[in-house]
Amino acid sequence: MAIFLDKNSKVIVQGITGREGLFHTQRMLAYGTNVVGGVTPGKGGTKIESGQPVFNTVKDAVDATGATHTIVFVPPPFAADALYEAYDAGIALAVAITEGIPAHDMLKVVATTSSMRIIGPNCPGLVSPGKALVGIMPGHVFREGRVGMISRSGTLTYEIVDMLTKSGLGQSTCVGIGGDPIIGTTFVDCLRAFANDPETDAVVVCGEIGGSDEEDAAAFIKEHLPNKPVVAFVGGRSAPKGKRLGHAGAIISGNFGTPESKLAAFAAAGVPVADRPSEIPNLVKERLSVRA
Amino acid sequence: MKLMEYQGKELFRRVGIPTPRGVHATRAEDVRAFVDANPGSWVIKSQVMMGGRGKAGGIKFAENGAEAEAFARELLGKVLVNAQNPDGEAVRSLLIEEKVAIASEAYASITIDRAAKKPVAIVTSQGGMDVEEVAESHPDAISKLWIDPAIGFQPFEARRLAFAAKLPVGYHKAFPKVMGGLYALFMEYGANLVEINPLVLTASAEVIASDAKVELDDNGLYKHPELAAWRSDGPADEDQAAAVAIGLGMSNYAKLDGNIGVIANGAGLGMGTMDAIRNAGGAAANFLDIGGGAQAELVKKSYALVTSDPKVRAMFINIFGGITRGDQVARGIVEALAGDDLRKVPLVVRLTGTNEKEGREILAAAGMTPVETMDEGAQRAVALAKG
Repeated sequence: MAIFLDKNSKVIVQGITGREGLFHTQRMLAYGTNVVGGVTPGKGGTKIESGQPVFNTVKDAVDATGATHTIVFVPPPFAADALYEAYDAGIALAVAITEGIPAHDMLKVVATTSSMRIIGPNCPGLVSPGKALVGIMPGHVFREGRVGMISRSGTLTYEIVDMLTKSGLGQSTCVGIGGDPIIGTTFVDCLRAFANDPETDAVVVCGEIGGSDEEDAAAFIKEHLPNKPVVAFVGGRSAPKGKRLGHAGAIISGNFGTPESKLAAFAAAGVPVADRPSEIPNLVKERLSVRA
Repeated sequence: MKLMEYQGKELFRRVGIPTPRGVHATRAEDVRAFVDANPGSWVIKSQVMMGGRGKAGGIKFAENGAEAEAFARELLGKVLVNAQNPDGEAVRSLLIEEKVAIASEAYASITIDRAAKKPVAIVTSQGGMDVEEVAESHPDAISKLWIDPAIGFQPFEARRLAFAAKLPVGYHKAFPKVMGGLYALFMEYGANLVEINPLVLTASAEVIASDAKVELDDNGLYKHPELAAWRSDGPADEDQAAAVAIGLGMSNYAKLDGNIGVIANGAGLGMGTMDAIRNAGGAAANFLDIGGGAQAELVKKSYALVTSDPKVRAMFINIFGGITRGDQVARGIVEALAGDDLRKVPLVVRLTGTNEKEGREILAAAGMTPVETMDEGAQRAVALAKG
C-alpha cells in the first residue's frame, strides 16, 4: 500500500478557504486525492466551489466525514494550535505545509502528540503516485512505481522525481520531510516504513548540508536495510561554511553538518551518493540489477 | 537573532537568574558618573557579538571613575580584532559590572537537539573555557540531560546534572533555580541557545551568571515585539537586510564568491543549482531562494537584488514549481527585463512544474526560450559568464 497514504485515505484541509489552501485543494482533487472537506473557523456550513463541505472545527469535520488525514495551510502563529486541534480530533496523519513555525512550538507539539504522525513543517507534503497526493507537489511529475523517495527539500524532490519518472522508474511514496530544525517525521522514520513496505524496492534519500539527519539515516540503513538498495544525494556541497542557505537547518557550523561527514556516513553504509541529481536514476537501476 | 551580553542578562534578570550588579552605557561620561557614584572595582566589557573579546583587548578593569572613563573612551568605537575575527567588530556600547571574587567557574547551557527533538541541557564544572575544547579534551567532564517539553524542566534534573558534572558543593543550592530560569527563558523567548559561561561561584558563596550568550529563533520573535528594537544593535548583516528589504526571509539570500547569479524556488533547489554550476566549471555569485508561492513582483525584485552585485556576469533562474506558479515567475522575469532601470546580464531560464505552460507562453511572447534541464542551464550560464 505504499507508506503513510493510499487511495482510501480521507483528507481534510485546514485553511481550505485561504488562497493557497483553496488552490491546492483543487489540485489535490484533480490528482484523485479523497479530499472530504476542510476547516475554516467561521465558515462552517458552507461549501467550496467543487462541493466539499467547510467546517468550523476539525472535530466537526472528522465526525461528519471520518477523515484520517489533514493538511495544514494556516499561518505560523496559528499552526501549532491547528496541529493540536487535529490531534484532539483523532487525526492519524497531519501534513504541515506552513513555513516559519517557531521551533519551540514544534518542540511542544511533537512531545505531546506522539500518536499522530506529523509530516513537516515547512515541507511539500507527500504523494503515493497513482493513489493520492497530500501536499503542494506538482502531481504530473510523479508516476506510480516501486521506488521510495524522501527529501528535506521540496523543489529538489520534484527535480529528482522528474528524472526518475522520465527514466521509467515510478515511485511508491515520496515524502518531503521539511527543512526546519524540529520536524515530526525524520528520514529514519520513513526508512523504517519503507523497509516494511512490500511495494517499495529501492529508496532515494535526498539530503542537504547541516544537521545530522543524513548520518542518522546512513546508520539506520547499515543496520536495518541490508536488502533494499538506497541511493543518496546531498545538496549544498558547494556551500561555504557559516552561511545559512534558506532552510533554518542548512548551515555548516564548524565541523558540524559538513558534506564530508555525510558522504563518509553514506559510504560506510554502502550507499552510493550521486554528484548530481541526473545521475540518480542510473544509480538506482544499477543497484536494482545487482540485487536481481 | 543573536543578543549582546547586556541584552541576554536583561532576559536573565526577567527569569530570576542572578547577574552581577552593573549598568549598560554608550557614553564615556555616563560610565564616569556611574563609577563615581558607586565606588569599587569595576569591569568594563565591550559589547560585541564576536568571541574572544578579552584576548582582543575588549575587557578592562577600573578602580575609580577617572580610570573607567579613560577605558570607556578607548573602547567605544574601537574595532576589536583577533585571530578568529580578522575583520573585527566595532564596539558600540559597554557593560560596566562589579568585579566579583571567583571561587569556581562552571558552564551551563540549553540548546535544541534536532535528532532527539528535545532541548538538551549541558553542564560542566570546567567553566570559563571554550566548551567545545572541553568536549574534546575531557569528554567525561561534560554532562548532558534531555528535557521532555511535555513535562518541563524539574529541579531533580538540575540536581542530577550538578552531581553528574561534579559541581562544587557551593553550587548545589542555587543551581536548580539557575537551570529552571534558563529553561524558562529558552522556552518563553524561543531560544536556539542559552549559555552561561562562566557560571561563577563567588568567594561570598553566591552563584552568578558572569556572561550571557542568547540566540533567539527568528520565527518566534513575533511573540515578543518588545525585543524588536534589539535587532538593530548587532553588527548589520547586509545580505539579510537586503533579503528582508524585498520581502524575502532573512536567510533566503547570501552572497557568495562566484560570478553567476542564482534565483531558484526552494532552498534545496537553490543549493542544487549552486552545485550544478560548480559541476559545470563555474561558481555561483549568490544563493537566492524566492520561497514558495512567489508573485511576479518578488521575482522582479530578486532579479534587481542579484544584479546589484557588480561581479554578477550571467544569471541562471531555475524554477521547479510546486506552490510557486510558472506564470507568476515568467511575468516577473519579463517585467524585470522590460524597463531600463535594472542592469541586464545574460540570462538562462529553466521553468517547469506548476503552470509551466502558461509561464512558457509568457516567456515566448517576450522572445525567451527556457532550457529543459538544470545541468543544461548551468552549463549555458557558465559559458555566458565566460563570454
